[in-house]
Amino acid sequence: MRHILRRILFYACAVWVAVTLDFFIPRLAPGDPVAALVGKMSIKGYVSPTMQQTLAAQFGLNTHDSLLVQYFKYIGNLLHGNMGNSIQYFPTPVSQIIGQDIGWSIMLGGVAVLLSFGLGCLFGIITAWRRGSVLDTVLSPAMNFLSAIPYFWLALLSLFIFAYLLNWFPLTGGSYDAFNVEPGWSLDYIGSVIQYAFLPALTLVISSLAGWMLTMRNSMITTLSEDYVLMARAKGLSEGRVMFRYAARNAVLPNITGFAIAIGTIVGGQLLTEMVFSYPGIGYALFQAVSEQDYAMVQGVFLIITLAVLGANFLADMLYAFLDPRVRVERSA
Amino acid sequence: MAINGTFQSNHEGSPYNRATSPLLEVKHLNVDYLAASGTVHAVTDVSFSLRRGEILGLAGESGSGKSTLAYAITRLLRPPALITGGEIRYYPREKGEALLSVDAISKDASGADVITMGAIEEDANNRLPAEIDGESINLLRLSPARLRKIRWNDLAIVFQSAMNALNPVMTIGAQITDVLRAHRPSMGPDSRKQRAIELLKLVGIAPDRLRSYPHELSGGMRQRAIIAIALALSPEILIMDEPTTALDVVVQREILTEIIRLREKLNFAVIFITHDLSLLLELADNVAIMYAGRIVEQASTRDMYLHPRHPYSYGLLNSFPALRGPLRRMSGIPGSPPDLRSVPPGCAFHPRCPFAFDACHKVLPVLQSVQAEDSSQMVACHLYNPVYSVEPPTASDLAKKYEALAEGNAKR
Amino acid sequence: MKTQEITGSIVDTFDRLPAPDQFYTRVLQALLSVWRAMTSSRKVAVGSAIVGIFVLVGLFGPIFMRFEPEATSKLFIAPPSSIHWLGTTVVGQDIFSQLINGTRTSVFWGLGTGVLVTLLSMVVGLVGGYFGGWVDDVLTLLTNVSLVLPALPLAIVLAAYFPRGPLTISLVIVFTNWAWQARVLRAQTLSTRSREFVTAARASGEHTWRIIFYEIFPNEIGIVVAGFVSTTIYVVLTWAALEFLGLGDGTIPSWGSILYWAQQAGALGGGLWWWFVPPGVCIALLGAGLSLINFGIDEIADPRLRQDTNPKKVRKAAA
Repeated sequence: MRHILRRILFYACAVWVAVTLDFFIPRLAPGDPVAALVGKMSIKGYVSPTMQQTLAAQFGLNTHDSLLVQYFKYIGNLLHGNMGNSIQYFPTPVSQIIGQDIGWSIMLGGVAVLLSFGLGCLFGIITAWRRGSVLDTVLSPAMNFLSAIPYFWLALLSLFIFAYLLNWFPLTGGSYDAFNVEPGWSLDYIGSVIQYAFLPALTLVISSLAGWMLTMRNSMITTLSEDYVLMARAKGLSEGRVMFRYAARNAVLPNITGFAIAIGTIVGGQLLTEMVFSYPGIGYALFQAVSEQDYAMVQGVFLIITLAVLGANFLADMLYAFLDPRVRVERSA
Repeated sequence: MAINGTFQSNHEGSPYNRATSPLLEVKHLNVDYLAASGTVHAVTDVSFSLRRGEILGLAGESGSGKSTLAYAITRLLRPPALITGGEIRYYPREKGEALLSVDAISKDASGADVITMGAIEEDANNRLPAEIDGESINLLRLSPARLRKIRWNDLAIVFQSAMNALNPVMTIGAQITDVLRAHRPSMGPDSRKQRAIELLKLVGIAPDRLRSYPHELSGGMRQRAIIAIALALSPEILIMDEPTTALDVVVQREILTEIIRLREKLNFAVIFITHDLSLLLELADNVAIMYAGRIVEQASTRDMYLHPRHPYSYGLLNSFPALRGPLRRMSGIPGSPPDLRSVPPGCAFHPRCPFAFDACHKVLPVLQSVQAEDSSQMVACHLYNPVYSVEPPTASDLAKKYEALAEGNAKR
Repeated sequence: MKTQEITGSIVDTFDRLPAPDQFYTRVLQALLSVWRAMTSSRKVAVGSAIVGIFVLVGLFGPIFMRFEPEATSKLFIAPPSSIHWLGTTVVGQDIFSQLINGTRTSVFWGLGTGVLVTLLSMVVGLVGGYFGGWVDDVLTLLTNVSLVLPALPLAIVLAAYFPRGPLTISLVIVFTNWAWQARVLRAQTLSTRSREFVTAARASGEHTWRIIFYEIFPNEIGIVVAGFVSTTIYVVLTWAALEFLGLGDGTIPSWGSILYWAQQAGALGGGLWWWFVPPGVCIALLGAGLSLINFGIDEIADPRLRQDTNPKKVRKAAA
């Protein structure tokens, strides 16, 4: 119990740091970028009085409130779920835009993380178990190389090959064929969604598969030399049981934390992939916000991504304590 | 250390010496480690036999190949270790005998149900695989499936470290029952649990520990739990690889007493591996001493205690103080065991041996009987070979030489 | 077996009781044994060769350039030819020259940022681990918080607000990535602190900072080197990602900015593969080289991962 309480305190602290960073970064940046933006936009005549007021409230322009008062106002707003208004889609609230995009991100990221974790661990287990076999000697170095490839570039390449050259998948981006298909529980729609998500998911899986496999392989090799694995073999248990229940079950423990953290990156982990594929998730939203200098949006997206990651980390800690009975004792002691 | 008393009771009082038929025969076993820098012979030309119910002690310094031998017998060696020669013959128990020992268990374990007995009986029937040669099985020729059957059913092993031999993420109970599930498919979950409780009781652990994880048990308890797991299928042979080394002295004593008690009750044979020869004198019926991968002396415990023949055995035996008898200067063996990558030619012990003479540098001594009339004590030493040595030294000769050596060390 | 002995020699070097005035010889010794350990591993040797080639290209490549990298020409969108080895951009710039010039920026800023990250984490790890108490508590909390905050999004937000340029990207990456190594070094320092030579130095009244950097630090050079390599992989990838996002200074050529301009100009939809494939290959190769070094170090550190035996030989003998 004490262990859990301490973790909760720690994550509360981390959330506070994230929120505070989010507040101070635009205010401490040199040359007051928000003021510069407003200036630039008012020259072009974009800035209406209401917009100026909103921006002023959000970023502390033309206000007499002290930084501290602004800070508490900001936190109060956040507690009400108010993350300000987008500049590029003024006056749509940031939270509304995020709400629209987050579903696509979670779907894409979720599928990719689950697939790559499952496959990666399985490959790691098998290559470690059959160490030195043909499979191992081919797969492991290939994965080494794959893991060094920048994944956004892999995305570019797969888009070029499968969409541009082979024309198997759409080149245009989006999450489904918006011109020909109506959203709904129809086969056409689901098929279209899969068609649009396939390449992004594939590149995500390929780029993260290697990491899972290699850590699992290393951890498995270490575990295989443990006495309890030897004893399991001496017990005459079936190969599968020794491999999974004794070796892999222990070897996966270090990977579990990684997995839960990866769950957290479902929201923001495929930023660059979404950008390359123009896939309308939260990463694409961040990309657009950055290029349009939509600061409220940038901050909102960062906050959401951070919260997701922190939540997942917290979950990872709890999961680890559940899976490894030793932690429950050691950490609370 | 009441060595005399204990081993006598083992010898004369024990009913387990009755059968002379071998249970396990190791013949000319060779184990190599294939390393990039060259082949290392970890076990060389080792032969011995184990009778039903016998406790055979294997002693030697670390690196003498004793653990490798244990893993070779259980066929647990992994590359780069490789069995390069020899055979390991196992003589399965006959059906009648098997039932007898089942009977013994069910009487012991209160309320052992019919299912358990039936299950074991059924398995005793299909325990005789096709590899039977006459009535024995060469363990080195078994297919993986056959090997899995033999493992734990007939041949169980207790590992050195109680801390590491248990799966940290499985309860003790689950680690017992998964043996039963693998080898006794006809047992239901309830009878498996029942059997697990019996086993824990057998080794003196409260049944509610079934749900404990290894880290929740003390070192001694863990070792008991491992013994309970080892006895789950009432094996014929139990190999114990330094089972008490990691424990403190008091717990060590408890575990040893437990092993002796269980052995008397269940009549399994034990190969007990340790670097502590004094332990073996209390426990074992016969003792084999290994040096640099070979057995250098093999004898009944009594003979070994009264008159060790090999200078190495003598040194090993006298590297701990006797509580009774005249005060002697402690004489450890000078030097350290050889690097197996470069074993000295001739007798591997000659660089450390106070008796070494010309032949020891060149000719490899073979294990042979010391005297023609008493074949039970075998030694691999030129001192007892009439070709090289006119008169073999007596135990007191050995003592004198070692004492002189110790004096010499003291002066230096 | 061979590497085993060499690892042994590292340990030996560390175990020797050091005299405080031999600081430089000891650092040199430690680095030398790291070097020897590294060159004896084939993975590390190949990895070092790859990284070495990139460094050489970065240093001397621009001397051999035949076109000004930013100079436009009338030869738009030309595929690779004997004149323009990697073709030209939409405004007729020579991509090969851009790539060579970009190599200089990417490799040196990448390595330099790796050094900065390593320095920061060293200070935090050593100070926290050595002093303990509230200093350590605060630093550990900072480290742990920094570890759980998502690095790339934070880097994007920071880079979006601060003036564009390599220095911004470098500092942003340092700020978001120091924590992992700091944690490793802190743990190591904690255990080194209780070694007898540290106690001896403290008893002889040596200055605290001297103990930390002259007595403890040389023992951790192996970890620092390993940490530097793995950090640099991440730095190179993140760098390219941030520039690809348009958060870098687009006028300074680098692998990331070439990708950015290619993306901006719709190189993908136009099928101009010669524009976006080469910089990616360069990043991947440099990354692969660094990971090879890293895997080699891992194997040296954990002998169980090493394929010590020749499996073919074992199989043959077993058959």
